[in-house]
Amino acid sequence: MEEMRILLRNVGHINPTSVKEYMAAGGYQALKKTIAMKPEEILAEVKAAGLRGRGGAGFPTALKWQFVLSEDSPEKYIVCNADEGEPGTNKDRILLSGDPHSIFEGMAIAGKAVGSNKGFIYLRAEYPYLFPILEEALTEARAAGCLGHGIMDTDFDFDIEIRSGAGAYVCGEETALLESIEGKRGEPRFRPPYPGVKGLFGKPTVINNVETFANVGVIMDKGADWYRSIGTENSPGTKLFTLCGNVVNRGVYEFPMGANLKDIIFDIGGGIPDGKNLLAVQTGGSSGAIINADQIDMPLDIDHVSASGGKLGCGTILVIDDTNCIVDIVKNNLSFFEHECCGQCTPCREGGTRLLELVQRFIDGTAKLSDFDTIMDLSETMSLASLCGLGQSTPTPVVTSINNFRDAYNKHLDGDYCPVCSKERGRD
Amino acid sequence: MANTISNSNTPPAQLVEVAAIASRYKGQQDQLMRVLLECQKVVNTFSEDVAAIIAREMGLSQTHVYGFITFYAMLSTKPRGKYIIRMCKSAPCHVRGAREVVKAMEDFLHIKMGETTEDNRFTLEYCECLGICDISPAIMINDKTYGNLTPESARELLKLYIREEGK
Repeated sequence: MEEMRILLRNVGHINPTSVKEYMAAGGYQALKKTIAMKPEEILAEVKAAGLRGRGGAGFPTALKWQFVLSEDSPEKYIVCNADEGEPGTNKDRILLSGDPHSIFEGMAIAGKAVGSNKGFIYLRAEYPYLFPILEEALTEARAAGCLGHGIMDTDFDFDIEIRSGAGAYVCGEETALLESIEGKRGEPRFRPPYPGVKGLFGKPTVINNVETFANVGVIMDKGADWYRSIGTENSPGTKLFTLCGNVVNRGVYEFPMGANLKDIIFDIGGGIPDGKNLLAVQTGGSSGAIINADQIDMPLDIDHVSASGGKLGCGTILVIDDTNCIVDIVKNNLSFFEHECCGQCTPCREGGTRLLELVQRFIDGTAKLSDFDTIMDLSETMSLASLCGLGQSTPTPVVTSINNFRDAYNKHLDGDYCPVCSKERGRD
Repeated sequence: MANTISNSNTPPAQLVEVAAIASRYKGQQDQLMRVLLECQKVVNTFSEDVAAIIAREMGLSQTHVYGFITFYAMLSTKPRGKYIIRMCKSAPCHVRGAREVVKAMEDFLHIKMGETTEDNRFTLEYCECLGICDISPAIMINDKTYGNLTPESARELLKLYIREEGK
C-alpha cells in the first residue's frame, strides 16, 4: 500500500509562504484558467468531479456553490473552515502550514464560481503558530497579483482575511463559525435559512473545509475525468487521514477514497507498538463510531463508514490498544462533549450530561441492566432533536461501543476488575 | 468553561491601553475577537472593569461583551499565571498516558488542574485537542507546543521554565 500525494504534493517540498515556489510547482494555473471561465462552467466541472465536502458531512460541494450562485446579492462570501477541532485531527494544520497557497487558490476559484470577492479563513486559536505563516503567504499572493484587486490583470477581485477562534469546538459547526466571525457567541443557528442563502453577515455564503478547498484547484487543473479515476464511485478523489493513538507511525497520510482501514493501520501505521494488541478503532474523531478489531477490514469512503454507524468525517483514525478500557474511552469522549456543548439546546445540554452520568455508573460499578435502555432512548432523542451536529453525534461513540463491546460493558455491570476503571474507583 | 466575571481593580494604565485598542474598532462588532485577543496580552484577565471599557469604546452592550468572553475557553475571566500550561484532554493523548503526565505536573507544581501556582508563574488547564496528535501526549505552554511527554520529561520541561528565571 502506498500513499497518493495529490493534496500533499507540495508539503515538505516548497517553502510554504513563497508564491514563487508554489507557482513554479504549477500553482495558481487553475485560478488563471478559471478566471476566464463562466461560473456555470466551473460549477459543471466541480459537479462532474463529484467532489464532496471533507469536513465531515460529505455534502456535494457543487450543490453548495449552486445555492450561492443562484442568489442575487451584490455581496457574497467564501468562508474557509479552519477550526479543526475534532479530536485526533491534524490534516488541515498540515495543509495550512505546508501549502497555504493551495487553499487560497481554491477559495478564489470558489469566489469566481459564485460571484464573491471576499473570503475569510476562520482559524482555531490552538494553532497560533499558523497565523504568521498564513499572513506572510497572503502578502506574497497579493504582491504577485494572485489575490487582491484585478487578479492576474483581469477585472476579478478577491481577497482573504484571517479570523481567529478562541477555543470553542462548536465553532467548527458552520453556522456557529459564522456567528463567531460576526463577533458573537458561537451558538449554532436554526436552519433554514442555510448559509448559502443567508450566511455571514446575512449574505449568501459558501463555507467549506480547508481540505475541500485544496481539492478545488486540483480538479480545475486536471479535470473532472482525471479526478474521478481516483477513489470510489460515490467518493471520488483522495482523502487525508490522521492516524493517531497507539500506532507506531503516527501522522497525516493521503490515500484514494476507499483505502482499507486495516491496511492503513498495519501496513502504513506499522501496527501497535510495544507488543500490545489492537482493542478498538475510532474513526472520524470523538464523534465517530468505535469498532472492534474484527471490524476493521473495511474500505474508507464516505458511504461505507456511514453504513458502519459512524462517519468518515474528517478522516481521523484513532487506534486504541488493549491496555485501554473502552468504557473509559467513551467517558473521555463524553466529557469532551459535555465541556464543548454550547448549552443552547436542551437535548444536547441535558442529554450530554446525563449520558456522561450513565456511563460513569458503569465505571463506578453501580450501573444496572436497564441503564442500557435509558442510554439508547436518550441517544435516539439527542440524535433526532439536537440543533446541530455536536448533539446529534455525541451518542455515536456510546451506541457503537455498546453494540461492538457489549462484553466490556457487562463486565463493568458485574463489577469485575478493570485495569483502568478499578484504579479510578479507588482514586476518586 | 468559566462563566462568571469578577469585579477587580485593573491598573489604570492597563485600562487606558485597553481603551485605545477597543476604540480603533468602534461600531465593528465583528472585530470583538481581535480586540479581546489583543487586550488579553495587556491584561491578565477580563474582569468587569476591563469588559465595561471594551463595551463602551466599541459601542456594544456590556452583556454582549460578557457573554462573548465567557463563551470562549481561551478568553479568561480568572487570573492566570505567566505561563499557561494547556494539557490536551482528548482521546489521542488519553490513550498514550496523558493521565500520568497530568499527575506528574500537578505533583510537581503542587496545584490541581485549573489552578495557578502561588507565585503566579504557572496555570494548569485542560484544553481540547491541540491537533498535534503525531506527538501525543502533548501540551502547549503559552504558544509553544511540546509532545511525546512522559511524567519524567514533563517534570524536566517545567524545570527548564523555572530555571530560566530562577526560583
